[in-house]
This record gives sequence, C-alpha cells and structure tokens, in this order.
Amino acid sequence: MLDELRDLYQEVVFDHNRNPRNFRVIEDADHKIEGYNPLCGDRLTLYIKLDGDTIADISFQGQGCAISTASASLMTEIVKGKTLAEAEKLFDAFHKIVTGQSDDLKLEGLGKLAVLAGVRQYPSRIKCATLAWHSLESALTGEAKSVSTE
Amino acid sequence: MNQTAPHVTPAYPIERIRADFPALHQEVHGKPLVYLDNAASAQKPRQVIDTLAEFYARDFANVHRGVHTLSERATARYEGARDKVRGFLNAARMEEIVFVRGTTEAINLVAQSYGRTNLKAGDEVLITAMEHHSNIVPWQMVCRQTGAKLKVAPINDQGELILDEFEKLLGPRTRVVAVSHMSNALGTVNPVEEIIAMAHAHGAVVLLDGAQAAPHIPPVDVQALDCDFYAFSGHKLYGPTGIGVLYGKCELLEAMPPWQGGGEMIRKVTFEETEYKALPYKFEAGTPAIAEAVGLGAAIDYMDSIGHAAIVAHEQELLRYATERALEIPGLRVVGTAAHKESVLSFTLDRVHPHDIGTFLDHFGVAVRAGHHCAMPVMDFFQVPATARASFALYNTHEEADQLIYAIKEIIKVFG
Repeated sequence: MLDELRDLYQEVVFDHNRNPRNFRVIEDADHKIEGYNPLCGDRLTLYIKLDGDTIADISFQGQGCAISTASASLMTEIVKGKTLAEAEKLFDAFHKIVTGQSDDLKLEGLGKLAVLAGVRQYPSRIKCATLAWHSLESALTGEAKSVSTE
Repeated sequence: MNQTAPHVTPAYPIERIRADFPALHQEVHGKPLVYLDNAASAQKPRQVIDTLAEFYARDFANVHRGVHTLSERATARYEGARDKVRGFLNAARMEEIVFVRGTTEAINLVAQSYGRTNLKAGDEVLITAMEHHSNIVPWQMVCRQTGAKLKVAPINDQGELILDEFEKLLGPRTRVVAVSHMSNALGTVNPVEEIIAMAHAHGAVVLLDGAQAAPHIPPVDVQALDCDFYAFSGHKLYGPTGIGVLYGKCELLEAMPPWQGGGEMIRKVTFEETEYKALPYKFEAGTPAIAEAVGLGAAIDYMDSIGHAAIVAHEQELLRYATERALEIPGLRVVGTAAHKESVLSFTLDRVHPHDIGTFLDHFGVAVRAGHHCAMPVMDFFQVPATARASFALYNTHEEADQLIYAIKEIIKVFG
C-alpha cells in the first residue's frame, strides 16, 4: 500500500471493515438511532441496551466506507460494559484526537481507537470516523431520533 | 491487452491544449495530477484567467450606470459577453440571455417566476428520475406553493429515460417539463428533440438543464431544439464560478414577472410603484457578476478556438477507451450504461466503498468525485449508496485514463 495511506488504513481498520464486530440487531434495545452522512450516503443504525447507567449491549448495522464501518465496530467493542459517563469521556477524547485538537494517543481506555488517529490528516474523512460516535451521543442524550453529520 | 493507448487523434492538439491549463501541471501526493472531476467543475485555461486579470486591471467599473470611460468599457465587455453566449446557444436575440449565478439559480428563476405565475392547484410539472437536486428541489418548492403536482418519468437499468412512460405522463394538466440535457451522475444524453416535441404537443413549456451538456455536447442550438428555457453554468464550461445563463424565449420572458427586486432591474421607482426595465435587465437585480461574465465570454471563445466537433470527438473517444478498460476489471460495475452518453464514467467496486476509492485514487494523483453527486434518487434507483465518478474534459488524455485504471487495480489489491 502507499506509505502515506498506512496512517489512515491500518490493518486494524481493514480487519474491522471486513469483519465488523457487533454487526447485528438487538431486538429489545432501549435505544435505536439512525445515523446518516449525506456527503457519502453512509448509513448506520445503532442499538443500545442499558443496565442502569451501564451499556450492557451495543450493536450496529448499516452500510458505509471502511473508515466509518471500522469506527463503528471499534466503538461498540470499547463502550460495551462502560458507564454512560465513561462512554461520554471516551467520545470526547476520540473526537479531540480525530479532529486534531489533541495528540494524547495514550489516553487511558482509548485502546485500539487510536488507529483512527490518522483521520486527522484527511479532513474530508473525519465525518466518516465520527458518525457512529455522534449517533451514540445523540441516542444517550435523547436529542433526536436520527443524526446527521452534515 | 494493449497498454500503449495509441488512440490519440492526430488532428487534436492535446499538448497545446494542456499547456493552456496551469492547474494541470502539478503533483498531488508526489504523482502528476490527473483531474477527472470535471462534471463537478472544470479547470480554467490561461485565456480565461488572463482575461479576468486584465479586465480587473484595466476596464473594471460598474455597468450600465456610469457616464465615465471605464464604466462604458466594462458595459461594452459585459454586453459583449452576452452576445458571445447568444452565439454559443444560437439564440435569436441578446434579450433572451439572462446572466445569473449558475444553473441552480436559472432553474429557481423559472420555477419562481414562470412557475408561480402559471401553475395552479391540479397542474403538473414533469421531471425525470435522473435529475440532480437542482432540477428537483425548485420544482418541489413551487409545487408546494401553488398546489401543483410533481411527476417523475422513470428510467431503465441502463439509466435511460423510458420515453413511452414519459409520454404517458404528459397530459392536459402538464404545464412545465424540466429535463436534464445530460445527466451528471450517469452521463446519459436525453433525446431532447423528442421530449420537446412531445411536451409541446401537450402545451407544456420545456426547460433543459444544460449544466453538463453545454461543455460536453456543444454546440447547443436553442432555436433548432425549440426549447423554451435553457440553463447552464460558467464554471463547468472552463469559465469562472458565480456566473451562469438562463436562456428563455423572448415572449415567455416578457410575460414573466421579475423574481428579485432591487437596483439595475428598475426603470423608475416611487414608493407607490415600480416600473421595470426591459429584458434581460428585468431579471438582473443588483450589480451583476461583471468580470465573471467577461470570463465566461473568454471561455466560450476558447472552446470555439478548438472547435466543438473536435472537443466532442476527443471526449467520446476517451470515454469509450476508459469504459472499455474499466469493464476488464473484475468486480467493477459501471453505473449508467446508456446507448448515448458522454464524458461520465460512474462506477462501484465490490467490497470497496466509493469514499475509500476516492481517497485511494487521490493518492495516485487521480481526482474523482465520490458520493451521490447531488442526485440521491438516482443512487436509490441503482441501489448504491454512492458511486465513484470519473468525468472527462477536453484536456484529458488516454494516459490519464490508463492511470485511473492502474490505480483502481491497485485499490482492489489492497482491499482484496
């Protein structure tokens, strides 16, 4: 692969794009939200099941580019079992990293999400990486039934 | 397989043409730029860039109101550009050429001025399933305002208008037919002569959206076509942004009310009433895009200097060559395979999303559009979220088509 693209398309991204984790429907979800990026037509549906203020289960379905699919897949892996406050903190840290507002890739709990840090070099792709997260944020704050990154 | 691409028409001075476009001679990610996003906007020749600079440096002033020399010069050049557009479209009269910001504004002008005056509840506006948003939304808006109904003629799997179905949708209530001359997402060229004849037989007026057609299937002869309105943009025609054209038949424009009020379009104002200027100034409120109009005139001169037939032949050959080579790639699907199409190669790849294709192609220096091309209903019809779209212009080469094909094959290797 072209060297400069390795920052954006790491093996982890390809892996999660080919085999997205938690790619299923949760029938008795507490929250179901549609995310949409009108720029490229990416769509995802996020399902969340809560146990008190803990995310007991989370899944997604949809159609999108490698970056948005991998981001959604990694997000569901990392926030499962976390409290809402912890998920909120992760979203904040992740958002700062992909938008280039923070260089702290070693932030506690960020884990594999750091592979998406390369997105900051590609302003047109930041929305792909944040679509799932904006959907999560929106679902948990109950602001809207659907969320758009435009 | 022949990799050497010896198809360049000897008579077509491609090297001289490429030398006219400064933007083409740069590297992107260390690779020579291959600019194939022309359906979105085209690069500008030195002749247009120099005209803008020279106009601003010497002749610039506001038009139509100054008694001083610079205003007279600027007015002469602005009106000179209008006459060039008249010639480009073979319109009968200068009054029929209205300068607007672009295709979108031209269509909105017709929808709001002609549409609001002539549509009432129960009337119908007929468009096609291949329109881009600029030729859908203005009609939806005026239909909502007037109670008229928007009807949509279907397309087939090749992305061609189904002419029989189109004709069936025409009726005594059809007042306006608005159709793209050439589709931006699919490249389809519509049989506009038949469309116009059918629509006129039912008493409807016809607007042709020429945003894609004007640069790629010139010359457009509005008198031979007998269309009622024709809209196009300067920036896709190698000219500046912020300038476009609405052609309208004189008798229609005469009867239409102004849609924007303000300076330049008035003859006399009191607080009780306003008298409007004659055509085309009635529709040109405010200070117009003066330099941009002059620049559009230079772009038209530039296309004339190459020759319309030569441009069309070159682009057709490029599209044929690129399509043929693209179809050799396993997993590549061409979206839009009309028998008559120009300039546009829209495609998808198995297992690679168009957005990823766009980013990868960029790293090979190849600029394409990835997305829905402001034609979301077209994407829905073909059941794809988006496509990657390579679109060719008069300065593109077979070697650039080869670079596109090479880069696509590399992407497939990476994504497996």
